[in-house]
Amino acid sequence: MSVTMDRTAEDVRKGRDPGLRHRLAERGVDRQLALLIPAVLFIVLLFVYPFLYGLQLSFAPKAGGPLASYTAFFSDPYQRNTIWLTLRLALPAALVNVLASVPIAYRMRGNFRGKRLLTIILVVPITLGTVLTAQGLLNFLGPAGWFNKVLMSVGLVSSPAHLVQNYWGVLFSLIITGFPFAFLLILSYLSGIDPTLEQAAATLGADWKQRFRWITLPLLAPGLATTFCLAFVLAFSVFPSAVLVGNPAGETRVLSLAAYQAAYEVYDYSLASAIAMVMGAVELIVIGLVLLWRSRLYTGSTGGKG
Amino acid sequence: MAATIATTVPARPRRRLVASPGAWLIWGVVAFFLINLFGVVGSVLVSSFGTKWFGTWLPEGFTTSWYSAAWREFGLFDVVSVTLRISLLVVVISVLIGVPAAYVLARRTFPGKKVIYLAFLLPILMPPITYGIPLATVLYKFGFAGHAAGVVMANLVPSVPFVILTMTPFIEQINPSIEAAARMCGAGVRALFLRVLGPLLVPGMLAAAILVLVRTVGMFELTFLTAGPDSQTLVVVLYYSMSAAGIRAQQSVDAMAVIYTSTMLVLLVTALRFVNPTQLVARAKETPEP
Repeated sequence: MSVTMDRTAEDVRKGRDPGLRHRLAERGVDRQLALLIPAVLFIVLLFVYPFLYGLQLSFAPKAGGPLASYTAFFSDPYQRNTIWLTLRLALPAALVNVLASVPIAYRMRGNFRGKRLLTIILVVPITLGTVLTAQGLLNFLGPAGWFNKVLMSVGLVSSPAHLVQNYWGVLFSLIITGFPFAFLLILSYLSGIDPTLEQAAATLGADWKQRFRWITLPLLAPGLATTFCLAFVLAFSVFPSAVLVGNPAGETRVLSLAAYQAAYEVYDYSLASAIAMVMGAVELIVIGLVLLWRSRLYTGSTGGKG
Repeated sequence: MAATIATTVPARPRRRLVASPGAWLIWGVVAFFLINLFGVVGSVLVSSFGTKWFGTWLPEGFTTSWYSAAWREFGLFDVVSVTLRISLLVVVISVLIGVPAAYVLARRTFPGKKVIYLAFLLPILMPPITYGIPLATVLYKFGFAGHAAGVVMANLVPSVPFVILTMTPFIEQINPSIEAAARMCGAGVRALFLRVLGPLLVPGMLAAAILVLVRTVGMFELTFLTAGPDSQTLVVVLYYSMSAAGIRAQQSVDAMAVIYTSTMLVLLVTALRFVNPTQLVARAKETPEP
């Protein structure tokens, strides 16, 4: 970079025009950027174009004005409530996953025997996928499942507790599938924090509460925000488990289900696109709020690199 | 202050066996999570081997016949081979597209970089259904959906950005002066990539490839929206067999779920051998042993 700059400075002094290619190279545009072309082409063709197509489709309903699909969605309480039902599932699931990961990851920062094994066990739920989780929850938490049997033989409940085919079943499935991701991310953020910072604080007499509150937490907070966003995205797009362990006609009729039904059961692609756009907008609003809060935090190096 | 340190440091010459109440609580929560996880997995596993299981602790007897039944009924050989073919295609294409892009994005600054970066970030941030439904509509319009090609294209949308994000830290770890030296010795872009960067990036590419493989085998929504009858992957077949409950025996679905999970487990454990997940964000200094 500095070489090109020197050369152009010399060129300018001698009154020579460096030429268009040279001037572009000075700003970072040269032939090496061609490596980016396949990826950009791909993202435009398979993501940007379909997205704009869907956006245009959502304003072109079968009947009525350009906003008919959106008014159809927002005026029908059965459709409108799906926003609230989705948020009611996704926000607690993401919060639980992030908040539960912090103390566990905090305990597991250092090196101890069996750490790798424990990490693998905690990460196993990624392999389960939504469908096996759903099947397992139906078997395990169902009225004749082991969980209810234990509760009943201990005497905590007299009749089987209803834990599946409703809100709780979907929430449990979101926690089981979402926790490993949140945990892995938080663990990596925590191990990215330079341990000598905490050791320095300990030398100055800070106990673990003070060290956590004033050293680790401020350095971890941006990572927490990112993890929350990713956990929220994962929980927000809940679809199979809402059908399989939830009550898809009632309390777990989430946005993605409404969009799917509009597209493949009613064949109203305009309404389906409108719901998809509403879904994207709601999600981006939540993420935007979290990132806005994140931008007020410390965003420098955590001392981990190097 | 110095006095307190002097008293506390010798007081802990080695690790205490008795942990604090907070530690007990945390390990208790972990244990509770793991017990329930084993319950969830175990109940499927036991059920897939069980003969008849109504309201008792364990089934009346054990059998492996559900596995052969599932294998026959669902035509699992075809399904597994379709799944692997689609996933491998997605892996190869996304690595081929993603790695050069990741290299440029990690090393260079140029006008419009932020916009391009955002465009690559959005498919990961958006729920799959949000872009999946318009994408499926477009793919149907051009006749790709309903075949393996459409499924591969749909699955590439989150995979390419994922490769880019995974590869970036690996590329940043390579010292730029190595490339500068190669350029000085007369290597062109092709030689630079094939003979200098390629070998150095093999661990990163393996990591990205395996993670994409795990994600694609597990990806439900996009495959569900674009698959035709001959291009359904294992997850989608599993979903259909579960949501059409009553047609097939519960245990046979369980057996298939176990087959699916063991496939995924093998993939993930292989992945974890190559990637240390905690290194994806930042490399930490190891705590010096006292």
